[in-house]
Amino acid sequence: MYDKIFPPAKIVLPNGKIVQEKKSRTPIILVLLLIATILSIRFTDFEMSVLRDRWHQFFVIVNEMIPPNWEYFDHVWKPLMDTIKMSLLGSLLGSIAAVPAAYLASSNIMNRTIASISKFILSILRTLPTLVTALIATFIFGLGTLAGTVAIFLFTVAYVGKLLYEQIENAEMGSFEAMESTGMTRLQSFRYAVFPQVLPNYLSTSLFCFEGNVRYAAILGYVGAGGVGLLLHEGLGWRDYASVGMILLMLVITVFIIEQISEHFRKKLI
Amino acid sequence: MDALEKQLYASPRNLRYLMTVAILLIVLFVWSLSAINLNNFEQSGWEVATSIITGILQPETDLLFNFTSKGVMYLLVETMAIAFLGTIAGACLAVPLAFLSASNVVPGPVAWLTRILLIFIRTVPALVYGLMFIRVAGQGPFAGVLTIAVISIGMLSKLFVDAIEDLDTSILESMTSIGCSTFEKIRYGILPQLFSMFSSIIIYRFDMNLREASILGLVGAGGIGAPLIFAMNSYRWTEVGAILIGLVVLILLVEFFSNRIRTKLVRG
Repeated sequence: MYDKIFPPAKIVLPNGKIVQEKKSRTPIILVLLLIATILSIRFTDFEMSVLRDRWHQFFVIVNEMIPPNWEYFDHVWKPLMDTIKMSLLGSLLGSIAAVPAAYLASSNIMNRTIASISKFILSILRTLPTLVTALIATFIFGLGTLAGTVAIFLFTVAYVGKLLYEQIENAEMGSFEAMESTGMTRLQSFRYAVFPQVLPNYLSTSLFCFEGNVRYAAILGYVGAGGVGLLLHEGLGWRDYASVGMILLMLVITVFIIEQISEHFRKKLI
Repeated sequence: MDALEKQLYASPRNLRYLMTVAILLIVLFVWSLSAINLNNFEQSGWEVATSIITGILQPETDLLFNFTSKGVMYLLVETMAIAFLGTIAGACLAVPLAFLSASNVVPGPVAWLTRILLIFIRTVPALVYGLMFIRVAGQGPFAGVLTIAVISIGMLSKLFVDAIEDLDTSILESMTSIGCSTFEKIRYGILPQLFSMFSSIIIYRFDMNLREASILGLVGAGGIGAPLIFAMNSYRWTEVGAILIGLVVLILLVEFFSNRIRTKLVRG
């Protein structure tokens, strides 16, 4: 289509051959991006002058956070552990449940209808923002850590499940067929031929997901789903920014430690 | 013992290591179970669950296809605009930070310091930034744009750094040997390598930012989040259904197109 409007340039090589150089698409992409930017600026009331005049307001809160309120440590400790427990439990159960989900969703093992239905369900679950899932979960399971765990569980199933079924579909199927031909059932040959191939990647994805989940779990309390987010909500509501600073500092340290541990194991896996 | 069996036994065994990890996992699992208490589980939960499902199955179509500034369509476009502008601004901020934290561009200590700063920027939850920027820009989508810009920096620069550190420097060497100037080396040696990787990363982040932008409404930073929360808190499940359906369809569509563009970018 594009080549018909802007015909490719013809270049005659010294040996008499004619090659075609397609016209660059960069200009049209740039124009489209520019139009989208201008429209977005209109829609969001973006104003550079406001940013220029008031940007220091951003640091008002940051300044109040420093120095953090060290005495708040005792208050933060338990909810922080709750957050970690929530994300650990949700990620662990979620990544275990992701295996059957991915098995059902891979089109090279299941028949096509079941696979596409499972894929559809997984992508809807993945699309819902975790905070929205958590909010719905608080209505069903009541306020508290259970709702947060459920939200993390659902997200983990969808995320790990998606990456896992992509792995399974790209796996080498020769040994699977060989095992089936010797009379193994589908499940058995999956277990011994496909699963070992995807196992390292699966574990690495689960760890990575856990890493992200700790960060998500920190804000789930904002909607009442337990953990450190509840304190965050409270501190921000009371404008007690020194305590918020303490919470954030502890959160950063925790996330950093967890990231280091999981990176260590992920490097070992691959 | 035949060859097959020999091969089987030749595989490395690290049973002790595996057992340790397994026991550790079980201990952690049991420890984390203590966070769950079922006391808050109310009987009304099932009623709410069924009304959510019926609400999603019978969404308020008037609201869904309403093009005024209260309708789902407008809010979705606004959310998309927030995510788009935020991603672009975030990418502009992330590029210099990425070069500053690439260990093959700047000396070690500078790279290390920038990385620490990035970890801090990345870990502060989006909602906290949202509140900070509402002080700057007031309630509304503008604050959302600024928030999205700042929260994208962390991941964008981390991925940019990976791309920069993977840069194939032998190309630059060969360009020097045929007599290219520094500008030519940057234009033809570095930019083509980085450009497709960077755009693929930015598109991926746009995808994620769309999700982030949809929850920013919780603190009043614009987008579809606020109406969603209001509808939920007042138990108007048909409205919730309409908003959720719009959101899911939009995110799935964007994801589909961004995946196609990204495969095209990576394969060339």
